[in-house]
Amino acid sequence: MSARDRTGAGLGLKLASIAVVLFLYFPLAIIVLYAFTTQSSSFTFPPPGLTLEWFRVAFAREDMWEAFRLSLLVAAVSAGIAILLGSLLAGAVYRSRFFGREALAFIIVLPIALPGIVTGIALRSTISGVLDVPLGVYTIVLGHTTFCIVIVYNNVVARLRRMSPNVVEASADLGASGWQTLRHVILPNLATALLAGGVLAFALSFDEIIVTTFTRGSAPTLPIWIFQVLFRPRNRPVTNVVALIAVTVTIVPVLLAQMLARSSDDAGTGMGAGGSTPRPRQEIPAE
Amino acid sequence: VTQRELRSGVTAAVSGFFYRHPWAKLLLLLLPAVLWLVVLYLGSIAGLLVNSFWSIEEFTGLIDRTFTLSTYQDLWVPSNRDIVLRTLFMAAAVTVACAFLAFPLAYYMARYASRRGRFVLYLLVLMPLWSSYLVRALAWRQIFAREGVLYWGLGKLGLEGVLDTLIQAPVVGGSSLIASKISLFVVYTYLWLPFMILPVEAALERVPGSFLEASSDLGARPGLTFRRIVLPLAKPGLIAGSIFTFSLTLGDFILPTMFGSSEFYLGQQVYTQIGVVGNTPLAAAFTFVAMAIMIVYLMIAKRGGAFESL
Repeated sequence: MSARDRTGAGLGLKLASIAVVLFLYFPLAIIVLYAFTTQSSSFTFPPPGLTLEWFRVAFAREDMWEAFRLSLLVAAVSAGIAILLGSLLAGAVYRSRFFGREALAFIIVLPIALPGIVTGIALRSTISGVLDVPLGVYTIVLGHTTFCIVIVYNNVVARLRRMSPNVVEASADLGASGWQTLRHVILPNLATALLAGGVLAFALSFDEIIVTTFTRGSAPTLPIWIFQVLFRPRNRPVTNVVALIAVTVTIVPVLLAQMLARSSDDAGTGMGAGGSTPRPRQEIPAE
Repeated sequence: VTQRELRSGVTAAVSGFFYRHPWAKLLLLLLPAVLWLVVLYLGSIAGLLVNSFWSIEEFTGLIDRTFTLSTYQDLWVPSNRDIVLRTLFMAAAVTVACAFLAFPLAYYMARYASRRGRFVLYLLVLMPLWSSYLVRALAWRQIFAREGVLYWGLGKLGLEGVLDTLIQAPVVGGSSLIASKISLFVVYTYLWLPFMILPVEAALERVPGSFLEASSDLGARPGLTFRRIVLPLAKPGLIAGSIFTFSLTLGDFILPTMFGSSEFYLGQQVYTQIGVVGNTPLAAAFTFVAMAIMIVYLMIAKRGGAFESL
């Protein structure tokens, strides 16, 4: 709401808001706590003792590192392809009118709006049923890129909307070629949006498990690895340690990207079409 | 002609060509993503649709590629119909719970928080969304364990009995907290909550404060203002959020293996049919139920203006 209410929120609303935030964070605190518990097969509260032993055990597991490296690779490649395809698509859809534009805008959202299982088994049946390609790293990337494109696309379209069309015209008036305008005017303006979109796509891919289940070969990604060891009765806190690693790998870049998107908006590049600086809004992605 | 001049000449010629033929530029921009999303992705979904009209031979387990509606008839078997209804019911319950929990925080963020406070809250809501959902589900197994923190806390308050009674309730109960539908419901609600908070907050932010003042100046009590002004204006946000809560619950097959009884949910059934039984046509038919539900939902949502709040 545009005008802040100066009378302040009621006590009930404040308490409810605090309760919701606590609800969101309590489970994460539990994950951290039990990464240090001395028990190996149960989760007694309060923990009888604290230890760093599980970090040593987790770090010594080569299969965990293999899964970790696979996830990093898949996420980096998927985000890279998504940056390319998503920004090209944003450039085409933004400010152009062509047949099927509305339909295309709808199709772009489908991979995150439809249940992940649809994407998963549809791609699987095409990959192994029609194309006859063996499932493996490439096919995981194929699946992940499909739902990563929309993340980059949303970020870039939002930025393009805020960018004044005048700068492109000015650049052309001053004699720049299309390529020079792209290189020196459009790309610098898009840089933080591309970075933010890319980071979000990376994070989404790194944690994905549903589509991955259907498109992977034998090698597990990190989330699949966690799922596989989840029901083993021994060394349970190892799962918590790996979970902590997985969360850190995605949260830290996402936070940085958010800060970056905000600071570049606040700095006011002077490109804002509306004059005032709009609040940063990343489009919300799905799992 | 030097190398450099030649290069700039070529660049200029290419730039000029695209300037004179904007359709060529558009085509070039569109082609890669269209190939990917329309040909590969939509093509795959179309292929899946074809699959659902095939059938599986009972004795050989081979797929019979002749057109038949028998797979869709199999969906109507009571056990399969129950799976669809159970999943729909769970998705609806989770959506309602998310809406109730999301509203106060979203309202506080949009109406009362300072600019800085709102950004901090925005990050606080966003962070769980970006931490692995498997990890957060794992946390609930540790919270719900018999020796875990929930029972410990209730024990301190002397309320263990209340929870045990709840678990023994018919339909929603189970042999333990983790094996009950209650736990599955709580964990889904927890996991999808940020997906509801963010669009609702975005919708509420667009409600001008003057509307609320005008409403109260005209004599409406807060309750009436909420029902007649805030809620209708928040509707696109609620619908946008519900797209996610609904879609994510319909397509999930991980959580029902970690929580709840042995009763199947839609995603789980798809996974079992394709991975264990090898009945791709039935799996495809099930996915189409999920997809049909979502597409109808999306069309209604589009009419309600929810895409602006996505």
